[in-house]
Amino acid sequence: MTVQNATSTIPYSEAPKASVWKRIWQQDAPGYLFLLPWFIGFFGLTLGPMISSLYLSFNHFDLLTAPRWAGVDNYVRMFTNDPKFAASMRVTMFFVVFSVPLKLAFALGVALLLNRGMKGLTLYRSLFYLPSLLGASVAIAILWRQIFAADGLVNKFLSIFGIIGPSWISNPNYSLWTLIVLSIWQFGSPMIIFLAGLRQIPQDMYEAASLDGASKWRQFWKITLPLLTPVVFFNAIIQTIEAFKSFTPAFIISGGTGNPINSTLFYTLYLYQEAFGFFRMGYASALAWVLLALVAVFTAFSFLTSKYWVHYDD
Amino acid sequence: MTDAPMKLTVVGAETPIWRKRLTSVVSHGLLISASILMLYPLLWMLAASFRPENEIFTSASIIPSSWSLDAYFRGWHGLRTSFSVFFTNSFIVSIFSVIGNVFACSLAAFAFARLEFRGRKIWFALMLMTLMLPYQVTLIPQYVLFRQLGWVDTFLPLIVPKFLAADAFFIFLMVQFFRGIPRELDEAAMMDGAGPWRIYWKIMLPLSTPVLATAAIFTFIWTWDDFFGPLIYLNKMSDYTVMLGLRTFTDSTGMSDYGGLFAMSVLSIVPIFLFFLIFQRLLIEGIATTGMKR
Repeated sequence: MTVQNATSTIPYSEAPKASVWKRIWQQDAPGYLFLLPWFIGFFGLTLGPMISSLYLSFNHFDLLTAPRWAGVDNYVRMFTNDPKFAASMRVTMFFVVFSVPLKLAFALGVALLLNRGMKGLTLYRSLFYLPSLLGASVAIAILWRQIFAADGLVNKFLSIFGIIGPSWISNPNYSLWTLIVLSIWQFGSPMIIFLAGLRQIPQDMYEAASLDGASKWRQFWKITLPLLTPVVFFNAIIQTIEAFKSFTPAFIISGGTGNPINSTLFYTLYLYQEAFGFFRMGYASALAWVLLALVAVFTAFSFLTSKYWVHYDD
Repeated sequence: MTDAPMKLTVVGAETPIWRKRLTSVVSHGLLISASILMLYPLLWMLAASFRPENEIFTSASIIPSSWSLDAYFRGWHGLRTSFSVFFTNSFIVSIFSVIGNVFACSLAAFAFARLEFRGRKIWFALMLMTLMLPYQVTLIPQYVLFRQLGWVDTFLPLIVPKFLAADAFFIFLMVQFFRGIPRELDEAAMMDGAGPWRIYWKIMLPLSTPVLATAAIFTFIWTWDDFFGPLIYLNKMSDYTVMLGLRTFTDSTGMSDYGGLFAMSVLSIVPIFLFFLIFQRLLIEGIATTGMKR
């Protein structure tokens, strides 16, 4: 290999005898060789499975017998005759719509506070980041289930003020909110990205603005926020996709059921139940493709509208 | 990234000293109360794992009335299989995942960042698109494939994809870093007759230890934390990872032995917490420069 590569530094014009194939070998082969593991993964674990999953979504498949062609049955059933699908869609949308903006608002608020030249920035930043790092673990979901139980930590605090709180986890009006709170609790990583973005804003803009007598409030709306929109955009996309994919907390807190009355039946949880609880692999594949379509539509929509509100440097 | 806080030097605006002091006190007050509020549940869980069982549900304080390690011994052997098995399994899966991810992703990243070949841009774009892909779309065929290979109930479905650079995120992270390394270095090496492999191995990798370490740590933490993969591929208790062990605990004895459950929960996050303590700067910089999800 070293011999061939040594010659590859010689311009091709000086090596007229080399055949086309040899040139291809010298020019392209190293790149493709380095990419070999990724290629196997890309075709074998991503592209291939995507195609088979699309195919399976038009079939009934129980893993034990061969797939039976079903046409669009799975999709029809999903949209016309599956209350659990509708419930899981509602739950997931509700979760995304409330958890993502609230999480980002917290992240931005704390980042702004920290960016004012606070002493101990590093310490605060680390403390606020810790929940993000731990948040996805089963241990935290277990802890959450206890905190919001009838005799949990939250109700103990409420009882100090004479309030008798409900069992948040087993009350369908609140159960999803406990998961939203868990998501907001992990605002640390978008906060770090906001902090990095805030450092990019040139300080002389603020100086000029205050010379002109602009208040802090006005400076935030006219300088900070517009210049930060690319970071807001980035964080919003990442967090939304993550929110769509969220699984573990809902699984642990509801014991894998999505109850009470499907109020925590995340889309991913429903998909898991269909695939690995009932072995309706075809139907689960159709669910997966609807999820992909949802994420794709959301991403495309965000990118298309971004030119109206995201401010990029000229 | 420097940690020197940025000072807002407001020219012309004469804020009285007392007002500055007041703002500072209020801000610190806010941040300290927020930190306590956020960390309280974690501290409470830690306390619960050390306090007598009958106190867990009566006390909201984070200081136990008396300290005991009983819950740890009970929890460790709380299931048919002891947690030493689960911890060993988690370590095996996580360490092999780290090796696979660092190796395979750095190979791919080197190709994307440094080598010229036809189709590079297209492959790079496809790689970026896989970042957005919800894993559910490939889940079922992957499961069928691994099942046909006889890999269900082994660690292979959890490890092998890492050796095939399936975590495209880390490729992206490394490409960003590799692009920052001066090209003169590889050009000089090429003049001396070094091929791509030697440039990758002798120049790129040694100069990239920060990004390799970041990738290694995040891979370890995410694999350690992973619940979904083990949930679908591991069915025998002797193969369980710590996360699956915890889940089984909540299903069975967890309801009666909260002390043991909390003790094992605390232990399950100790490795992550250690990484956080030792490498927090590296982790935070990794997030700040690339925008990681967690």
